[in-house]
Amino acid sequence: MSKRKSLTGGIFIGATALSAFLIIAVIIVLLVVIILGGKGTFSWEFLTAFPTDGMMKGGIFPAIYGTALLVLIMSVAAVPFGTITAIYLTEYASEKSILAQTIRFAVRTLATVPSIIFGLFGLGFFIKFVGGGMDNFFLGGELKWGQPNILWASLTMALLTLPVVIVSVEEAIRTVPRELREASLALGATKWETIKRIVLPGSRAGIMTGTILAVSRGAGEVAPILFTGAAYYLATLPTSLSDQFMNLGYHIYIMATQSANVDQTLPIQFATTMVLLMLTFMLNLTAVIIRARLRRKAK
Amino acid sequence: MKETKIKTKNLTLFYGAKMALNSISVDIPENEVTAFIGPSGCGKSTFLRTLNRMNDLIPGVKITGEVLVDSLNIYDKQIDVVNLRKKIGMVFQKSNPFAKSIFENVAYGPRINGITDRKKLEEIVERSLKNAFIWEEVKDRLHDSAMGLSGGQQQRMCIARTLAVEPEIILMDEPASALDPISTAKIEELIFELKKNYTIVIVTHNMQQAARVSDLTAFFYLGELIEFGKTKKIFTSPDKKQTEDYITGRFG
Ligand SMILES: Nc1ncnc2c1ncn2[C@@H]1O[C@H](COP(=O)(O)OP(=O)(O)OP(=O)(O)O)[C@@H](O)[C@H]1O
Ligand SMILES: [Mg+2]
Repeated sequence: MSKRKSLTGGIFIGATALSAFLIIAVIIVLLVVIILGGKGTFSWEFLTAFPTDGMMKGGIFPAIYGTALLVLIMSVAAVPFGTITAIYLTEYASEKSILAQTIRFAVRTLATVPSIIFGLFGLGFFIKFVGGGMDNFFLGGELKWGQPNILWASLTMALLTLPVVIVSVEEAIRTVPRELREASLALGATKWETIKRIVLPGSRAGIMTGTILAVSRGAGEVAPILFTGAAYYLATLPTSLSDQFMNLGYHIYIMATQSANVDQTLPIQFATTMVLLMLTFMLNLTAVIIRARLRRKAK
Repeated sequence: MKETKIKTKNLTLFYGAKMALNSISVDIPENEVTAFIGPSGCGKSTFLRTLNRMNDLIPGVKITGEVLVDSLNIYDKQIDVVNLRKKIGMVFQKSNPFAKSIFENVAYGPRINGITDRKKLEEIVERSLKNAFIWEEVKDRLHDSAMGLSGGQQQRMCIARTLAVEPEIILMDEPASALDPISTAKIEELIFELKKNYTIVIVTHNMQQAARVSDLTAFFYLGELIEFGKTKKIFTSPDKKQTEDYITGRFG
């Protein structure tokens, strides 16, 4: 009996160890393949130059620039909006209020919607409805905002990353001790003054974490920008909100599927993947470190 | 007897279905120190927090009866709670400095009252810290974080922070319970000074402390006010048997 028990126990331990090992092995193989494939192409030149020869050679600077601009505009939209929502949920809404529960439900649902749906929504809502409406209203039907651009792509991405921001900021707001709020109120501060001067400064790390996680997500997603603003190739950098842009993730997709000679661009694909991975890895690492500090402080 | 500053009439408080205060009526006089004593869980903090409407923040609290401060019912609809709390300061059991500099902690109240003039703020901060007997210890590190102070210093800084708002009443909930004897002595000395200008209500578990610092003592038991009177009398010849038992340490 006990022998059989220890046998099943042993098998179980072996299975978990094997799974863990498999996961790590897959990651290592992935990294090695990518680095080996990309390291010959990766250089300072590669990071700072435009693509050349019909994107068969050259660098990926416009894609890096476009990705950075995308996540910047996205953050400008998602972080304040997400923070305000989190403040409402934690500070103003009672747990049982229908509005608060509806918002929570919406946030959870938003987090599970496949990203391509966001892309379609962006196309329908931002481009056709908002942008088209703006053109009709302000420009007498001339086409300017009713087509894909970096603004609509960023706003679409902002919607996708909103749950991440809301959840991080909520968590941080909850770590601000009740004693500090009471101290502030007892000094004659209003609720809003207390939020502004005590709660928000105390949640800075959480807002940072949320922003970084959102940025890292936004930098890697392709589906939401597919129809809303990403461009195959642009000879110039975007200079206006109504310009299209290049993007790292989209660039990899293009190189792997649409390029004139997929095999020949393989090194570029590897190197671009390497850049994207390093970028998101570094962002996530920073977020993890800030969050760990925050949790330790909360204890 | 001095004039009544705070008067409660049949004050009853429920946390949900649980009664925490049962029809409390007291007259707290101006410029004196009134101590609340009683065993743990008898409602001292709850009562104290009804006096500056801190219990408003807790969901499910239901209050009946009246609290009159300068003859105005503070639970009246027309009362501005924010202004009320400027008039009635509160010092908490656990010192709760903001994660800011000492200067910014003390200047917090004046700042939310709209004072922006640097000179004026410096004046207020210095005066408040002096009145809280901590100026000498911190005057060279005003712009260091308040978190770096010792527990006793933090608590005196929190008192200075309360004084900076220029309240008329100061409520203290076991202000020295987490402190060493020397810091405690300093706080007691401070209370003695402050009562010249403020009405002070203090909750304490420490009988000797109540006897030392207070003019009046209220003994609470299970949400009821058992006895209220001159501290001397409460500690030497209380009217009620329960009070005597508690003070002599026979229960609680
Ligand atoms: N937020 C709350 N919700 C529900 N019940 C509470 C709450 N705060 C206090 N109580 C209850 O009300 C009663 C009085 O509590 P209170 O904190 O006023 O006692 P206290 O006399 O200050 O005790 P201590 O000396 O331990 O601080 C206790 O039974 C307590 O459990
Ligand atoms: Mg208490």
